[in-house]
Order: sequence, then C-alpha cells, then structure tokens
Amino acid sequence: MATVTATAPRPAAPGLLGRPAVRKLAALAVVAAILVPLAHARWSSGSWPAALTVDVSGPLTDTSTWIIDNRDSHPLFLYFFGHISNAVVLAVRGVYLVLLAAGWAGVTAAAALVAWRVAGWRLAAGTGAAFLACGFLGMWVPTTQTLALMVVAVLASVVVGALLGLAAGLSDRADKVLRPVLDTMQVLPAFAYLLPVVLVFGIGVPAAVLATVVYAAPPMARLTALGLRGADKEVLEAVESLGATARQRLLTARIPLARKELLLGLNQTIMMALSMAVIASVIGAGGLGDRVYQALASVDVGAALAAGIPIVLLAVVLDRVTGAAGEALGEEPHPHGRRLWLVALAGAVAVAVAGRLVGRLDWPDAWVLNIAEPVNRAVDWMTAHLYSGVPVVGGTADWAGRFTTWVLDPVRDGLQGLPWWAVLLIVAALAWLIGTWRTALTAVLAMAAIGVLGVWKPSLDTLSQVLAAVAVTLVIGFATGVAAARSDRVERLLRPVLDVFQTMPQFVYLIPVVALFGVGRAPAVAAAVVYALPAVVRITTQGLRQVDPAALESARSLGATPAQQLRQVQLPLARRALLLAVNQGVVLVLAVVIIGGLVGGGALGYDVVFGLAQGDLATGLVAGAAIVCLGLMLDRVTQPTERRARKGA
Amino acid sequence: MRPRIRTTAAVAVASSLALLTGCGAADMTKQASPFANAEGARTVTLSVQSWVGAQANVAVAQYLLEHELGYRVDTVQIDEVPAWDALSQGRVDALLEDWGHPDEEKRYVDDKKTIVNAGDLGVTGHIGWYVPTYFAKAHPDVTDWKNLNKYADQLRTPESGGKGQLMDGSPSYVTNDKALVKNLDLDYQVVFAGSEAAQITQIKQFAKEKKPFLTYWYEPQWLFEKVPMTEVKLPAYKEGCDADPEKVACAYPHTPLQKYLNADFAKSGGDAAALLKNFTWTTEDQNEVSLLIAQQKLSPEEAAKKWVDRHESDWKKWLP
Repeated sequence: MATVTATAPRPAAPGLLGRPAVRKLAALAVVAAILVPLAHARWSSGSWPAALTVDVSGPLTDTSTWIIDNRDSHPLFLYFFGHISNAVVLAVRGVYLVLLAAGWAGVTAAAALVAWRVAGWRLAAGTGAAFLACGFLGMWVPTTQTLALMVVAVLASVVVGALLGLAAGLSDRADKVLRPVLDTMQVLPAFAYLLPVVLVFGIGVPAAVLATVVYAAPPMARLTALGLRGADKEVLEAVESLGATARQRLLTARIPLARKELLLGLNQTIMMALSMAVIASVIGAGGLGDRVYQALASVDVGAALAAGIPIVLLAVVLDRVTGAAGEALGEEPHPHGRRLWLVALAGAVAVAVAGRLVGRLDWPDAWVLNIAEPVNRAVDWMTAHLYSGVPVVGGTADWAGRFTTWVLDPVRDGLQGLPWWAVLLIVAALAWLIGTWRTALTAVLAMAAIGVLGVWKPSLDTLSQVLAAVAVTLVIGFATGVAAARSDRVERLLRPVLDVFQTMPQFVYLIPVVALFGVGRAPAVAAAVVYALPAVVRITTQGLRQVDPAALESARSLGATPAQQLRQVQLPLARRALLLAVNQGVVLVLAVVIIGGLVGGGALGYDVVFGLAQGDLATGLVAGAAIVCLGLMLDRVTQPTERRARKGA
Repeated sequence: MRPRIRTTAAVAVASSLALLTGCGAADMTKQASPFANAEGARTVTLSVQSWVGAQANVAVAQYLLEHELGYRVDTVQIDEVPAWDALSQGRVDALLEDWGHPDEEKRYVDDKKTIVNAGDLGVTGHIGWYVPTYFAKAHPDVTDWKNLNKYADQLRTPESGGKGQLMDGSPSYVTNDKALVKNLDLDYQVVFAGSEAAQITQIKQFAKEKKPFLTYWYEPQWLFEKVPMTEVKLPAYKEGCDADPEKVACAYPHTPLQKYLNADFAKSGGDAAALLKNFTWTTEDQNEVSLLIAQQKLSPEEAAKKWVDRHESDWKKWLP
C-alpha cells in the first residue's frame, strides 16, 4: 500500500481545483482508479485477502514456550531481567516497610504536612481527610500497598521520562526519533501491553510496576522536551554571552526555566500511574486495584466502590497538590521556608513515633465503616426498576437491544461488508483531509497491518463499537459542554462529577452497566461513553469559553440570538478545541471498549482478555498489536496537524 | 572539588544498586511478593480465582491461618493458568481449586518440580450446559442436546446474530463449547460474557423475567440456589474423547478438584503448609460460604467466620 499514498501528493490537475480538500480527494481518486482494479483482479474484493496475511501464531507460541522454559536458567533472564525484577521488588518492599513502620497516623500526618508546605492549609486538611477516609473504608493495608507501588513506579517513570525528555529537548535528531514514538504511546490502551510484560516477568508486582512505567513515562518525556525547547531564547543567549558552558547553561537556565512543564509532567505521570495501578491488578499488582477486581468477581458493586473511592481520593489529592505546587512556582519563596519544612518533618516523625508508642500501627477494625451494603441496595433497586418494563420509554435492556440491532449491528456489518481496499481508501481520505499526507500514510499502514496480522474482522467489530460510542459521547458531550459554557452554575455543579468519573477506575462501572444493559457490546459502549464524557465536556467547555469576547460582543450588538451566536460565532471559533475533544474522545473510548471484553464486548478486547487468562501469547499479542494499530489509525484520522515542511509534495 | 563529588556520587549510586540487587545471577523465579513477610510477620500468599467458590476456599483458609495460626495472609486475584506460572515462581504459595490443566501439570509438577500436588479439595467439579428449570419444566425435551435446534429461535438475542445464544463465561475457564457447537451441528452462537460477574448478572436478569436461556455453567456453584437450572444432556463422556480440542463431541468430565502448592513452600512452609494440605471440605460446605459472600453480600472474612463458628469439628482436624 505504500505506493498509494506516497505517490498521491502529486499536485493534481492544475487550475481545475482550487481548494486543497478537493485537490486531495481528486488525487486520491486518481490513485484509487489505478490501484483498485489491480487489487481487485489480484486478490478480489470483500474481506481482507488471505494471501496477504502472515500467520504469526507459530513463532509466537514457540517464543512463549521458550521463555517459560528458560526463565530460570538463561543468562538473559538471570543477569538482566532478574536484576530489574529484583530491584523493583526490593524498592517496593522498602517503601512498603517504611509506610507500615510509620503506621496510619504517621503516613496521614506526613502526607498532610507535605501538602501544607506545598499547597497550603486547605489542601492539607483535604489530604488528611482523604487518607483517613481510606482507613474508614477498611482499605488501609491495600492503600499502603498501592502507595508503595505508586511511589516506585512514579519515581522510575519520572527518571526515565526526564532522561528521554532531556535527550529530545537537547538534540534535534533524538527529538525526531522520539516524538512519533511518544505520540503513539500516548494513544495506546493500557490493556494492550500487559501481556508481553507478564510473559517476561511473570504475574506480580515487578510486571505491574514495569507496565506502569511504560504507561506513565511518556507524558513526562514529552513535557520535559517541550519545556526545554520552549525556553526563552533571549535568556539563553544572555547566559551564553556570560561564558557559561553547555552544562552550566542546562543546569542554571534551561531546566529552571522549564520548571512549570516539569511539574505538569509529574502531575500527569502520577495520574497515569494511578489509573494503571488499577488495570495492572489483572496481572497481580495487588493493593486497591486488586480489591476492586475481586469485588467484581462476586458482582459486589458496593465493595468495588469501597476500594474505588480511595483511588479517586488519592487521585484528586495528588492532582490538586502537584497542581498547586506548579502554581506556587515563581512566587516569592516564604522567608522561613526551610524552617517550616523542618517543623513539618518533625511533626510527621512525632506523630509516627506517638502512634508506635500507643501501639496503633494498624488501622483499628472498629473504625471501619461498611458502605458496601447500602450501595448494593441502591444498585439492586436501580437494576430492578430500570432494567425492563418502564412505561413509555421501555427499560434499559430494551434500549440496549435496540441499540445493538439498529446501530451496532448495521455499523459492524457495514464495515465488515466493505471491500478491504475501500476501508483503506476511506481511512486515507479522512486522515489526509484533516492532516498531512504523512498522517494519512501512517493511518493506512496501520490499518493494513491489522489485515496482515489476520484480525481484520474482529478489528472492524471493535471499530464499529468505537464509532458508535464516539458518536453518542460527542452528542451528549457537546450538548453538556455548551450548557456548561453558557452558565457558571452548571459548570460548578458539573466539576466534581466530572472529577469523580474521570478518576474512578473503569472496572468499577463495568458491573452496573451489565446489570442495566445485559451482556454484550451495548454495555461496553455504555461504559466507554461514561469514561470518555468528562474529557469531552471539559475540552468543549474550555474551548467555547476561550472564544474571543470581542467577537461575541459584536455578534450580540448585531442582534444575533443566543442560538445564532453559538452556531455562527462560538462553534466555528472553537473549532480546534472541538477537534481536540473528538480526538480525546476517540482515544478514551477505544481504551474502554477494549476493557469491554470483560462484559461481552467480544472482538479484540476479548482476545486480549483471553490471552491474559490463558497465557496464550499468540492470541493476546496479535490482538494487542491490532489494538495498537487501531489506536494509531484513529488518532491520525482525528488529529489535526499543521502542515509541516512539505518535503514530499 | 566538583568533579570528585560527581564521581563519588556515581560510585555511590552504582554500588548501592549492586548492593540492592546483588552482583551474581538473580533468578526471578525465586522472588517472593514484596508485600510478603513484612515486619517479621509470617505471611502466606494465596491466589484467588475469579469465581466465588474459589473465594470461599481462600476465605476460610485465610481465616484459619490468621486466627488459629497467627499468619498474615495476602490474597491476589489471578486466573488459573497464570496462577500456575505465579505458583511456580513463588509469587503465590497456593492454588486451592484447580479444574484440571494437564499441560501445566506436566510442565511444572513433573518436569520442573517447582509445584507439588497437595491433594483433593474434596469437591468434585462438573461443567455442562444448563437451561433454567422453569424452562425445562415447560419444555421437558430441551434437556437432550438433540432437540436443542428446535429451541434456537426462542434463545435468540441481539448478540447471537440470528442463531440461538449459548452463553459462555470468563475466557479463563476450561471450555470446548465452540467445537461442540460445530461438531454437534447446532444452530447456536457461543457468546462470551467475558467474565463470570457479567455472566451471573445476565443470568439473574433473565431469571427475573422468566426468559429462557442456555448457558455454560458448572457445579458446585452457589447460583443454583438462587436460579435453579437443569443440565442439558450432551453425548456421554468417555475417557479421552476430549483429547483433540478441535474434534470434541462429548460432555465434560467430573473432575475431583485439586490443590497445588509451591514446592519450596510445601517443604518449609511449616504450619501453614500443613493446614493447606489438610484442607478438604464438601460441596455443601463450599456452597454455604459462597452463598454468604455472593448472595448475602457478607465480606469473605465475615462469611468465613460464620462457617468456622458452625463447623468447629470439621476444621479442627486440619490444624497441624
């Protein structure tokens, strides 16, 4: 397929076509007119031709058997992976022992005091309350396990990310190599790369930590590079003229100037690591994620929530504290800063020692609040009354059935019924219209790779679920976003809701959606919509609010009604933000549609789950690779890129 | 001064890393969980599988280990096949309910000798196809596989694409259903619920509406108490008829469920290993605890406590 798009950007029939979009489409049509008959004659149309697939299951199964047989004897494992794994185990264990030794009182005090120094009294109180809430929910030990894992994973991610970012920020060549890799990592569903890590390291904490690092390091790297590259040229020149060496320049000017980006990177890394800590429970991460996972096995939404709430609390606290630290940068340092830090340290130690002396290291059992029961009663009531037989509108099961038959099935059958080259052409057209010929080429190659791997049909099934979910998400998301942009009250009401839904582990709402929508693709789509909505709403609201007030004012003075203002001024001006919302929506939806394999979503998600559950590398890895390609394709098709230097045209 | 500081720092980092993980070979198949044996507590790590029966085994074992023998117990949820791998590596110490994995048994128990069999759990497992009893009463002939095609229409769902739906559960479970449907020429589509939780939720919703359904299911299972189901007779099981997974055309066997321990733990695990080896109970016992967990929504610990209080004579025998 490389020839299709590589030759495509030739300037098409001169004079006839002024608009670039039309020109692109015309060029594509010319290429298609030549290649399609050839492809049709050679391999026939219909589904992806068998002649063009490569069966990788044999080698993959051999690899997996070899790894399992040699894991305890081959030098590669003994002297390389073994040490990595050992270091992770020892580091996590070290942090865990420190947390246990400090006891719940010590840990809570330390966290609150750090928050106090970094972000002020109010957040300190919030942090303390959040940690106590973890205890009250009976989740103290799992919380410390998750914290220990997080500390190690975040530190490793920050080190790895900062090193990569340093390389990309200082060297143009490294940047050119790393940027596409990091961009791609950003869009990959976490579920896709659990299996290879498990195979090498086995189920358990080392695999979980490493998968988390792979997931959480890219944002740090991207933002470090961004910060270093964005440093003020004049300052750098001034420093250079003072005769500073390259290293001095880096340490005294570029890194300090990039502080804000570095902190933002830390913030994002923490958030990603926390969300991964839950998904990694599938491969034995333990801690809070494992409690959520176990509770789901007995369809116990209440218990899942009891373990999910601490995760949300930790996420919100960490987000706000690192965010506040970023805002505090550049302000005048407190005159007694160092002394106050000492006070905070002493306070934490004092509380920890006091806790030890009193002998209250473990959270007392009597202080545990059981929220599972009332929650379950509420869920039962909801499912009992909404599932079916609701007058006029019908029950949720009826909706799910209709959604499946009228939306999901036609979209899936339509996609699977299209000739394979038509799918590639559509992808090329969309990606090229919105981006450059390079993005189009990447998208087409990614799609073709899916066919080569021999998972064309299930991938199109997954794609149909993604499309349906994205459509629903965008309709609801844009509507809510417009409402929130118009009224401060709506936005204030929405904010905590969005926060909770964004940080709640996806696993928690898998079971309620099954209870409401039955088993199948509909619940997977529903879960995806719930997960992707907050980001879409947020980006839409922000985009609409950033529209130039002067433009709005002039529209208003011309007598435009609110609807006209929205349609003719705000939406067109917020186009970039809306496109970004679409892009984010697609990426998030894909991540959850994959997890939907756990509730009957089938297709690629099921293959990944199957691969993990049966240790079947051939199925799992191929599906994982297909998900990667699908994510890449969807991202390129929805990502508006400015035309870079047009080398190929 | 500065360069020297930097070199010192580099040496310090390198040597501390070497100290941290040791210089020689690091066999990661011998690394325990970082959460094990913290603060001098003796720890046992038990693997829990995703079905509630397995949770019941672990809950009772955990309760006795903690309250009678003074251990600290960590539990990790892992599916069966990965659990074998984790067991062999010592990441977990015990797998209390295995439904028969001959490949893994050969690899780890016979060849590598990293896992040992710890005897029967005392429960016999059986997999089969089930329809709800209310449906079987109305249509008695549905319980023979030969008549299943007659009912395919009634068992259709949006997910089964024009055929009848045979609902399967978690991908981790032992299943031949796709081959069975093909080889027995049935007009059915296997729909994978993806997890047992999803499958149970769906069965309950069907049962509430008294709708017919056909599902892969297994005994012992607490859900039978809540939704009575009748087994559909498949062609009888004969030794070896399921040898070729592509050509299977017979029912599932009755499997005496097994316990497996990590070999090192079995040797040096002291009282804990002894208790886990002695642990055997009946299907009724397991269902009693499972129902408390899944139906009455007790925490596994509370459910185990109830059972332990009621059955003192049973578990006293297990104590070393």
